[in-house]
Amino acid sequence: MTEKKWTPRLVAFFCNWCTYTAADLAGVSRLKYASNVRIIRVMCSGRIDPQFVLEAFAKGADGVLIGGCHPNDCHYVEGNYKMLRRYRLLKRMLADMGIEPDRFRLEWISAAEGEKVKRVVDEMVQKLTALGPLAWDKKLEDWDREVKALEEHVQAQQTTKEVANA
Amino acid sequence: MPKPKVAFYWCASCGGCEETVVDLAEDILGVVEKVDIVLWPVAMDFKYADVRAMPDKSIVATFLNGAIRSTEQEEMARLLRRKSQFLIAYGSCAHTGGIPGLANQFSREEILNFVYKGSPSTVNETGTLPQTEFEEQGRRVHLPALHQGVRSLDQVVEVDYYVPGCPPTPNITKAAVGALLEGRLPAKGSVLAPDIALCDECPRKATKPTNVAFTEFVRPHQRLLDPNKCFLAQGVVCMGPATRSGCGSQCPSGNMPCTGCFGPTSRVKDQGAKMLSSLCANIEPKDEDGIDKVLEGIPDPVGTFYRYGLPKSLLRRKGGLPTS
Amino acid sequence: MENVSQKKNGGEQPRIGFYICHCGHNIASMVDCADVAKYVAQLPGVVLSKDYKYMCSDPGQEMIAKDIKEHGLNRVVVASCSPLLHEHTFRNATEKGGLNPFYFQMVNVREHDSWVHTNREDATHKAKALARAAINRVAHHKPLETKKVPIHPDVLVVGGGIAGIHAAMTLANAGKKVILVEREPTIGGHMAKFDKTFPTLDCAACILTPKMSEVGSHPNIRLMTYSEVVKVDGYVGNYQVTIKRKPRYVDEELCIGCQECIPACVFKEPKFADEFNEGLGKRKPIYIPFPQATPQVVTIDPKVCLNFNKKGEVSNKCKKTCVEACGDKNAIDFTQTEKFEEIKVGAIIVATGFKTFDARRITQYGYGIYPGVYTSLEVERLVNAAGPTGGHVVLRDGRKPESIGIIHCVGSRDEKTNRWCSRVCCMYSLKLAHLLKEHTGAEVYNFYIDMRTPGKNYDEFYGKLLEEGVHFIRGRVGEVTDWAFTKEEEGKLVIRVEDTLAGYVRRIPVDMVVLSVGLEPQPDAQDVRRLFGMSCGGEGFFLERHPKLAPVNTFTDGIYLAGCCQGPKDIPDTVAQAGAAAAEAMQLIDRGYIEQEPNTAFILQDECCGCKSCIPLCPYTAIVFDESTQKAIINEALCKGCGTCVGSCPSGSIVQNLFEDDQIFSEIEGVLSYD
Repeated sequence: MTEKKWTPRLVAFFCNWCTYTAADLAGVSRLKYASNVRIIRVMCSGRIDPQFVLEAFAKGADGVLIGGCHPNDCHYVEGNYKMLRRYRLLKRMLADMGIEPDRFRLEWISAAEGEKVKRVVDEMVQKLTALGPLAWDKKLEDWDREVKALEEHVQAQQTTKEVANA
Repeated sequence: MPKPKVAFYWCASCGGCEETVVDLAEDILGVVEKVDIVLWPVAMDFKYADVRAMPDKSIVATFLNGAIRSTEQEEMARLLRRKSQFLIAYGSCAHTGGIPGLANQFSREEILNFVYKGSPSTVNETGTLPQTEFEEQGRRVHLPALHQGVRSLDQVVEVDYYVPGCPPTPNITKAAVGALLEGRLPAKGSVLAPDIALCDECPRKATKPTNVAFTEFVRPHQRLLDPNKCFLAQGVVCMGPATRSGCGSQCPSGNMPCTGCFGPTSRVKDQGAKMLSSLCANIEPKDEDGIDKVLEGIPDPVGTFYRYGLPKSLLRRKGGLPTS
Repeated sequence: MENVSQKKNGGEQPRIGFYICHCGHNIASMVDCADVAKYVAQLPGVVLSKDYKYMCSDPGQEMIAKDIKEHGLNRVVVASCSPLLHEHTFRNATEKGGLNPFYFQMVNVREHDSWVHTNREDATHKAKALARAAINRVAHHKPLETKKVPIHPDVLVVGGGIAGIHAAMTLANAGKKVILVEREPTIGGHMAKFDKTFPTLDCAACILTPKMSEVGSHPNIRLMTYSEVVKVDGYVGNYQVTIKRKPRYVDEELCIGCQECIPACVFKEPKFADEFNEGLGKRKPIYIPFPQATPQVVTIDPKVCLNFNKKGEVSNKCKKTCVEACGDKNAIDFTQTEKFEEIKVGAIIVATGFKTFDARRITQYGYGIYPGVYTSLEVERLVNAAGPTGGHVVLRDGRKPESIGIIHCVGSRDEKTNRWCSRVCCMYSLKLAHLLKEHTGAEVYNFYIDMRTPGKNYDEFYGKLLEEGVHFIRGRVGEVTDWAFTKEEEGKLVIRVEDTLAGYVRRIPVDMVVLSVGLEPQPDAQDVRRLFGMSCGGEGFFLERHPKLAPVNTFTDGIYLAGCCQGPKDIPDTVAQAGAAAAEAMQLIDRGYIEQEPNTAFILQDECCGCKSCIPLCPYTAIVFDESTQKAIINEALCKGCGTCVGSCPSGSIVQNLFEDDQIFSEIEGVLSYD
């Protein structure tokens, strides 16, 4: 099988009322944008648990995009502010953990801004392409190999012992 | 009727978990009476060969504390797994990586260089670093190698139970040993502490307001702390809401906030992320600048939220570090 | 309440039916549907995997129902268009097949895939990843029921201006029981103060008072005037509202409105500033705001009545000639006190109106400094035949003005005060220009920035004014001053303005200046909005759910808006909105129940540690701390399903139906697992 050329994998969490609807509008308007994005729907950006962001990176996402309603427009009044507050600290913490700030983005997109969905996704894919793969899942797989060698060694010792005792 | 065989072993740890066994005070006599301790490096002499010679599953329970950082620790963890019916991860280090886990923010080379050469209090004119192999007077001597990163016990071998805490408190140690001896252990893989967060048993719970809104975060040394008021109500980060209870709220009772050593509840995948989420959601300002100003009070989020659990967090270690 | 999500699915293995829709060419042209179906067929848990031309068609839906029965499916996934379009359709199909409708998950491969990408290979690849995520997720779905919340049949209307009146009448005529609460002693609002209304120049009182009287006598309307809402508890369909009844010291049932008490009052002459006449006239301590007030009942003002001391307690120092004059009707009752009453309603319409901009804030226009400067509302009372001057336009010093300047946009379209346009001022300025010219024959000047006349017959009205000899000067007035530069300016108020069409700064001396003040939210709008759990927009008016598609709804179900409290508007639009609000309220009440999408959150009571971190997070105050159990608990009826508390709970003890952690984690894994 030919090695597929790497392109970034972008996981997006879109809130139902504004961003998801905007993405639908982009579709209805037949706007074209990068196919690297995979959208996961939640009711409000306030639902987005930082665990989801970390899990996305840990499972191999190269970038995570969160879409919420503009300040003052949240369908549930203030959920987007809660996400904004989490975002500020999470972004800093991700940087401390070696994940470049450009890989994690929070955007306010209203239901009428189909164009913005296209623009933000294309911009982000461009940035991620320049940054290269994050491949956190591969990193962890690689790293786990350092504890495999001794397993056989310990097994082998015991077998030797058993053989010696037999 | 032979007494059940029990073993204690320590890996990358500080020795505090061994002390906790001693902290059982009079109760320790009851334990010692009922079991046959076949391995306890801090208290008794032994050789590796002794352990290898034990038949498989001949030890009823091994309480292993400390994180896995070196090849020696890894080997002993694997060996003791074979030899024990129950392998119990004892203490935060074995449970979630513990404080040594914070080393996952650095590479092995960075650490060795700092400790042996770079730190302000080190004098090492020859620049000597520990080696895994050395030839001297015709003999080859070996030291265990350090892994690139720190692991919790269950990231190396299968673990039956966890006793959390840094160190585990005497009451939950007693409860764990008791459950073991009386055959009352819960489902395999359980953490032997309540699955409910610390606020449930915290004496300061009543003083926590239902409308907390953080306008700043302060660290314990920055203010004279009110000994009766909820830490979060005083603007001090307390990991209590994200940490299992069972310790008797010892830190809050000592006028220090909880730092999260009992680890997360079973419903959470990443303790640090959840605490971050809760604290941030309750910050007062709505604008980026205002929010950032409040968050300046948490200068080291990794150290604050993952003090005991970095190796078991979702990301596990810092990116960009060597993997071998 | 059973925590449905905690039920394990009986340990049953998922048996998933997967369908990918061609949607004609819409999806199939860019996504290789057969290939996706083939890929999904080999995923764990998938029992059948098909592609089909039009899933939303009748045969498509029937196929789902049939397959569920024939193949013993317990989960269904459809990859087609946006769930915002057809989620409901396919949930119904799933239900027809005998499965709980929430065992269904939809994949958007049209709006989010085939319509927005250009490379067939990439689009197909993406569809596979999205399908995988849904297959993962649906395995974690639990059976859920939509909840039916019953609705109480009565409606509360807050505010008795034209908006509240019209809404109340519409509902009452439809047979609904309405409680209309108004804080002033009479209904009528601002409209009762106007003289004529634009563009027809109908007399405001003539068109309003019949409506007021209908409200007063309608069997389905309970009118509570001189009353205020002080507390609102409950949720849509089940509101408990506490209303404060202020004491008028007159029994409404007994007073017949003969008004014999007023001339009998110990004050021979009216002495106190009359609110209805904007302070231009005077009234006695016992008064009726205007002749057609509804209810036709007098009110006693304890702040100035001699029978009360400074603390507002009855001192009995007065001869009480009013009581004598009332005679055996015995309507005056000095023992009255403030009372609180609780009512139950299913829906609430907020129609609390506006206040005019305080012209003193623009000091350079001289309001409150020069006696010749008036606000538009004051002028309405001057030109009104029932007003303080009997309809004669005379200045405070008794002179008749020979020249009048009307300044538009006072407190509107202004960076320094209010940025918005108040929508009605151009029209009423034209109207006042007409009326003032008619009453005084004076030279009238209108100083405007733009002439905003958008309504029916509005621009034609402007055209008429242009022919009446009114002078129009395009320019924002810089200042009004009494500092005369020339002889002609002595004793006059000089308006300094840049005439932008002529291109130079002018000084125009006038006898009278009228400030066309803008409309603002009521001063207690923030308190009122919190009472009802509403939000305000940036300018302070109550926030509608959607500016285009839901202008009378709020984000709180069961609470509606009508009139200027939602934003400045004229009477036709106000009446239209009031009708719309009444229709929305009726919709709720006639259906008798609402169905809640079961995506509400619940707190695991055994696992909650009572850290109280979630309590302040809910904008609907659905989460409360139960002191007896020392745990937090969510009122399911108030929960709107945003999930903010779920994401924030530090011990993971809050679960959101339909958006559980496991479901979302499995989706994340799914979108990333296909390489």
